[in-house]
Amino acid sequence: MAEDKILEIKDLQKHFQLSGNRVLKAVDGLNFSINRGETFGLVGESGCGKSTTGRTIIRLYEATGGEVLFNGKDVQKMKGADRNQFHRDMQMVFQDPYASLNPRMTVGKIIAEGIEIHGLYSGKEKKERVNQLLRDVGLSEEHAGRFPHEFSGGQRQRIGIARALAIEPQFIIADEPISALDVSVQAQVVNLFKKLQKERGLTYLFIAHDLAMVKHISDRIGVMYLGKLVEVATSDKLNEKPMHPYTQSLLSAIPIPDPDLQKARKRIILQGEIPSPLNPPSGCPFRTRCPHAMPECAATMPPFKEVEPGHFAACHLL
Amino acid sequence: MGKPILEVKNLRVSFKMYAGEVQAVRGVSFTVDKGEVLAIVGESGCGKSVTAQTIMRLIPTPPSYIKEGSSILFDGKHEIAKMTESQMERVRGKDMGMIFQDPMTSLNPTMTVGAQISEGIRKHNQKVSKAEAFKRSAELLTLVGMSNAEERIQQYPHELSGGMRQRVMIALSLACNPKLLIADEPTTALDVTIQAQIIDLLRDIQEKTETSIILITHDLGVVAEMAHKVIVMYAGKVVERGTLDDIFYNPRHPYTWGLLRSVPRLDSDKNNELASIPGTPPDLYAPPVGCAFAARCPYAMKVCKEIDPEHFEVSADHSAACWLNHPDAPEVEMPVGIGRGSHG
Repeated sequence: MAEDKILEIKDLQKHFQLSGNRVLKAVDGLNFSINRGETFGLVGESGCGKSTTGRTIIRLYEATGGEVLFNGKDVQKMKGADRNQFHRDMQMVFQDPYASLNPRMTVGKIIAEGIEIHGLYSGKEKKERVNQLLRDVGLSEEHAGRFPHEFSGGQRQRIGIARALAIEPQFIIADEPISALDVSVQAQVVNLFKKLQKERGLTYLFIAHDLAMVKHISDRIGVMYLGKLVEVATSDKLNEKPMHPYTQSLLSAIPIPDPDLQKARKRIILQGEIPSPLNPPSGCPFRTRCPHAMPECAATMPPFKEVEPGHFAACHLL
Repeated sequence: MGKPILEVKNLRVSFKMYAGEVQAVRGVSFTVDKGEVLAIVGESGCGKSVTAQTIMRLIPTPPSYIKEGSSILFDGKHEIAKMTESQMERVRGKDMGMIFQDPMTSLNPTMTVGAQISEGIRKHNQKVSKAEAFKRSAELLTLVGMSNAEERIQQYPHELSGGMRQRVMIALSLACNPKLLIADEPTTALDVTIQAQIIDLLRDIQEKTETSIILITHDLGVVAEMAHKVIVMYAGKVVERGTLDDIFYNPRHPYTWGLLRSVPRLDSDKNNELASIPGTPPDLYAPPVGCAFAARCPYAMKVCKEIDPEHFEVSADHSAACWLNHPDAPEVEMPVGIGRGSHG
């Protein structure tokens, strides 16, 4: 398959300057790319930098270093019309459906806002477009006149998706779009994401901490730990043959909803906690919790290399 | 297992609100035996947390009311539904401990960890000196897997990480050797590698101390890992009860089927759509006539919308409140993806 890269991330860095001259390296040297039409899942535990990565890509944050190439163009250097076009092509769906919709605007207004800003449709066409979007995400036209508080969490997330779709983007960053929802509703929203992708050929960057759900929706997955990517592989490969010890322990830590399997399997329970990103360990960031840590791991950061075709990992064992 | 430590019978709890009465819990019955872990599963608003908090009598009246005919018998002698606040204070935190979901907000930020744990110890046993209570606090922190407990007791909650705070919560709830521990979503706020540590710890403590646990969670993986018995709640009622194997391998209620099938598994085929349950739970201001799940149930029959089903017994430990289990009901096959060995 010829790869058609819609997004390329090269050595992306996002550092936050804190008081007292401290620097928080939330994202520290990421390299990965996303192919057109695929879903790339980004997983990791809280504080690993996955959300910062998403926000830096879409320019909610300015990157400290590195490049984000979207359709071959450097996003950070875009100006004027290019930048406008970029904001049309890339949209975001947020985690909290309660906080990310303006409570004073009707649902119709919320969805139409992007259409107005980009001057796509007006008048009757605009209204028809909003109604169509509402139907596409499984809501109905009557909902356009209502306010966000009248909706349940799952419905609000549908509104957030309709808003993102309103200006016909190519690429959607979904930052923990389902973690605030109940399980049966999570399934509804995930199915909606998949349906829309099939219909519109969308590309997703799907950020989440729930590896089981990410595996279900993603073609490829990147695993982050303390601001660095430790492994990237297709989701099947990652599940069958995780290479990095962190990925292995992450997979093993997820309890399986099947008592027989759960009791039979051997789990790796990591000791300790994630170190503070303000004061990360030298060398490999995972070494303080890694069951296989060697002296070498404290000395140098292992390179992020292609161990098998399409399967990247950063570990001295490989 | 042994005698029941807790017997809940026909528990009904309502909230009187401006807009009317919310019937949050509508006739819940279950028992917890000594040394047993009972899991209560269900989605937000199903009444699982209200049930747990009512057992601890943590919800103030008003707005909540325990309705006539409800009974919560603890340890064979305490009728919790009828206790006064001062009677309750002697039970709560002593014979019954609670672990909350959010360790950030459930510890006192102005007290050191040691002071909080020893406060609990001394409240229920005045003979213990301050120094002894602190010593015991340090022992408890060691028990829950915290290193340098002597230093930790001097720390404030904000100095600890989320996982460490949850360990402190567990130590706090164990301070008086409770007979029953209620854990309300104990790992939901934690990262998955930390969740694994905490579940491991809870299971270890449960085996060592033989404390009974009521585990409230929406995560079926956690249930599979820890529970002996399970009750499934929907719209304020128990829709199915059974052993762990009954619920996972021979469920008899369409809602339980829906719950089990909407969780993706690491080994599931991602080309298939996830099974979701269409619609949303009913409004408990005005619960529907008939079965509360009927509106979302793909198997709903005419009778379901008219008469709320009683529990049909499948075996001594297993029952489901669904008309499909009636002898005259049509045969319905359990959907694919449920049952022993259906994945793996």
